[in-house]
Amino acid sequence: MQAVEPWVIPPLRTFVGESSARLALLMTSSGQVIAQHGFVGALDLMAAAALGAGIVASSTELALQVGWDPFQIVAHQGQRQAHFLAWFDTPRGRWVALVVFGTETKLGLVQVFFEQLVQELAAAAPVQDEPRREVLAADFERELNASLRSLFGR
Amino acid sequence: MNAPYAPVLEALTRLRGIRGALVVSGSDGLVVAESLIGGLKGGPLAAVAATLAGRAIELAGRGGFGAPRFLHLQADDGALLVAPAADLLLVAVAGRDVALGLLRLEMLRTAERLR
Repeated sequence: MQAVEPWVIPPLRTFVGESSARLALLMTSSGQVIAQHGFVGALDLMAAAALGAGIVASSTELALQVGWDPFQIVAHQGQRQAHFLAWFDTPRGRWVALVVFGTETKLGLVQVFFEQLVQELAAAAPVQDEPRREVLAADFERELNASLRSLFGR
Repeated sequence: MNAPYAPVLEALTRLRGIRGALVVSGSDGLVVAESLIGGLKGGPLAAVAATLAGRAIELAGRGGFGAPRFLHLQADDGALLVAPAADLLLVAVAGRDVALGLLRLEMLRTAERLR
């Protein structure tokens, strides 16, 4: 398990253990990776983060188009594994969680422990002194490389 | 409460000492319908009941016992009862003073109707 922000690790480790998730990824709503468990390649991780953030953005927009509240959880059930994608608000802004799980656990259980994870992250988040910066294109590559180094030691 | 299942749950919750009843999706552990009292939370109950039932079904299958018809988890202050019905699970939470035989009979009858 690796994290760009180390305070995220204890709640995420508890979540992974209790929910029996195979893969877990926490990212910002723009797809910047915060922490991950189970991914072995930087490419897979970055693709999953970009796709996850994209699904959340498009499903939110879809809900708005038809006049509903944004979907908070999107779950895709496969034959042997499933994924759970949800956004949630933290003191650090809106984050997205992507969880891949197999037949050894159930969507309901993942959802229950996810609610606990959200509470634990909110409680563990350090107070942020700096005002939140806008993400600029010029900063993006540098931040991406810094994240990859934190997550994969490259 | 999910309207089609309201009569099913009412048949169980009218028994004395019942703290709640749920219809749960067995494959994903989500609540289909619930009738709970006293601050019980349906989501965690459904998830735990479905996980427990899934393990028991797997165990019974491996042991060659066939599909379980009823699960009874007795604790000091009450019991969790589960009756599988195809892909659904009928779940009841009973306090200490419940006529368990009657509840079991009612759950098995109801599960039969849900199949």
